[in-house]
Amino acid sequence: MATSSFADAGADLELVGIHKRFPGFTAIENLNLLVPAGSFFALLGPSGCGKTTTLRLVAGLEEPTAGQILIGGKDVTSTKPFQRPVNTVFQSYALFPHMTVLENVAFGLRRRHVGDPITKAHEALRLVELDHLAARRPQQLSGGQQQRVALARAVVNRPALLLLDEPLGALDLKLRRQMQLELKTIQTEVGLTFVHVTHDQEEAMTMADTVAVMNKGEIEQMGAPEDLYELPKTVFVANFLGQSNLFTGAVSETTKDTIAVDVAGNRIVVPKSRAARHTGTVTLGVRPEKLSLLTTEPDAVAGQNVIGPGRVIDVSFSGVSTQYIVEVPRLGSMVVFAQNMVFGPVVDRGSEVWLSWNVDHGFGLVDDPHDVPRFPADDDTVSIAAQKRVELTVELED
Amino acid sequence: MAITAFTGSATVQEAVPRKRSWVALVLLLPGLLYLVLFFLVPLVSLAITSLEVPSATTFGQYDAAFNWQTYGVVVSQYGTQILRSFLYALLATVFALLFSYPLAYFIGVKARRWPILQGLMIVLVIAPFFISFLLRTLAWKAILSDDGVVVGALKALSLMGPQGHFTGTPVAVVFGLTYNFIPFMCLPLYTTLERLDVRYLEASTDLYAGPFHTFRTVTIPLSLPGIVSGTLLTFIPAAGDYVNASSEFLGGTSSTMIGNVIQSNFLVQLNYPAAAALSIILMAIILVIVSVYVKRSGTDDLL
Ligand SMILES: Nc1ncnc2c1ncn2[C@@H]1O[C@H](COP(=O)(O)OP(=O)(O)OP(=O)(O)O)[C@@H](O)[C@H]1O
Ligand SMILES: [Mg+2]
Repeated sequence: MATSSFADAGADLELVGIHKRFPGFTAIENLNLLVPAGSFFALLGPSGCGKTTTLRLVAGLEEPTAGQILIGGKDVTSTKPFQRPVNTVFQSYALFPHMTVLENVAFGLRRRHVGDPITKAHEALRLVELDHLAARRPQQLSGGQQQRVALARAVVNRPALLLLDEPLGALDLKLRRQMQLELKTIQTEVGLTFVHVTHDQEEAMTMADTVAVMNKGEIEQMGAPEDLYELPKTVFVANFLGQSNLFTGAVSETTKDTIAVDVAGNRIVVPKSRAARHTGTVTLGVRPEKLSLLTTEPDAVAGQNVIGPGRVIDVSFSGVSTQYIVEVPRLGSMVVFAQNMVFGPVVDRGSEVWLSWNVDHGFGLVDDPHDVPRFPADDDTVSIAAQKRVELTVELED
Repeated sequence: MAITAFTGSATVQEAVPRKRSWVALVLLLPGLLYLVLFFLVPLVSLAITSLEVPSATTFGQYDAAFNWQTYGVVVSQYGTQILRSFLYALLATVFALLFSYPLAYFIGVKARRWPILQGLMIVLVIAPFFISFLLRTLAWKAILSDDGVVVGALKALSLMGPQGHFTGTPVAVVFGLTYNFIPFMCLPLYTTLERLDVRYLEASTDLYAGPFHTFRTVTIPLSLPGIVSGTLLTFIPAAGDYVNASSEFLGGTSSTMIGNVIQSNFLVQLNYPAAAALSIILMAIILVIVSVYVKRSGTDDLL
């Protein structure tokens, strides 16, 4: 599949029922994913949730325990990494220490017998603004420079599918923004498919067409950045992607379009269309910037949720906005972001306030905050032993 | 580590003199003393001996002189053996490398997941050292002798003529050299391969290089320090070896090496100047070969 020409378009990536078990540890459990050709796909998740493992499976550096990987419609599950039209920017860079920066970048081009590899390598280095260091060895570069070389080494091949494992983690903010733009330009110009792993939710949301939030080896939610932000489905997503105020209570009344939930005596309404569950105990949430702070108790208005009174226990100024923490009896502390439209905070620490928000801004989650873990860790001795045995038999068969 | 010390020699750069440190000098003293006593003194005495002339009165006595003709004489007399020594050493080095590299790769890279297997195999590689190499070489002589199993089997299978020998042939000598120096090749290879970061190999396969190209363009260059150390540790002693090629062991008259010539000149013919001159020639040639080799292999790129 390794051809001597650049990919003229991205390929789509499909993961079907992928499982990956390491001895005594399930890294990925039933992962299903479709990344459309030419899209910028961001994989977001906490450390150790299986992002790198997912990329390694796609690159062919790891074999799935079960499941299929399709690139451009072709099943590549059993092909070797060098046969896949995929390149990776490794989290650890993995630049060859015995080659110059230039040779590192030209490596893939040479292997595919692309014409004029040196010129193309120089071009790629110019893109990451490192052409002047082409003759150096990787160990003579700073961490951020090495990261950019790793980026150039992968991008120069124009693979149908580019996997980026936190490719901008070591860069300062300015360079990071610049690289984000470059990446986005390359991606849209050639129409390549990018799978971008990052810790940085802002990066994921600004760059990606689709964001997938991963947790404990599973995709919790996937969608366009704004959908994901405005309508998170799980507690994990609500808290990992931005901040959320969450309430748990029983559904007390149901109308045609809305449900009302009784949360410690407060009535909170949410549209049915924005709630995942309509009966029993449900968890609702609202984003901090959707809340308004009121110093007097507002009149009850349809279409507005009001809670309070509460007491402001913390005010912290952060430039464009101010964050208030409001302690509401029996509900706990709420976070409120308010734009700094006037000089200084609107209310002071210790003030009595009410919080209100538009009913349409709330959301109802699938789970509740004290949900059980998704799958039990199979790290007991019995399953480790079983795993080892399976491995050994596989090894012996080879 | 002593094994990798050779590769560093090409890269030694003159340090910028900083504060004069008496501590460093004191620490260096025992080493310097040792070198002067056991290297410089014998070397000078060897050089002096090589220039001596036979005493007019007694056989086996030599008088101080400046008789550099000895060098010309030994070169013309023993040129064949000199060339042969380096050829055998080269062959033994190549065979030992071809045999040891896969072995060291397996122990150092593939067996990482099973540390016990790794340890066991390393012990097996070192185990021959527990027995004197003279005994081991003698054992090979018995195994390969004309009435031994190997020759018997080869003859039975008509792979060897009825008059065929194994001991006493160049093949046996090269075999013996290879066998005896495999651990010296294997250990430095193992130490570099054991530290080989497999992520580089992954990056290489990710960049469209198949197993062969990955091996040639990534694995070999990254294990070059081990290859250089191993080949030096094999080639240098093999070139001067006199045990394997001796007719008491695996050699014969057609496979005499320079070591045997030096030995017989020194101990049998009592021709000390000739033996000394040969030793110095051997040393000089090795020195030249090694420095060219280390320079060419460019291991300094790796550090
Ligand atoms: N070879 C392995 N053997 C056993 N467990 C492994 C192996 N590789 C990864 N894991 C485990 O699988 C889980 C997922 O690892 P992975 O490297 O994919 O995390 P990640 O999401 O990339 O994290 P980070 O953001 O920190 O890079 C981790 O808990 C890790 O400990
Ligand atoms: Mg990772």
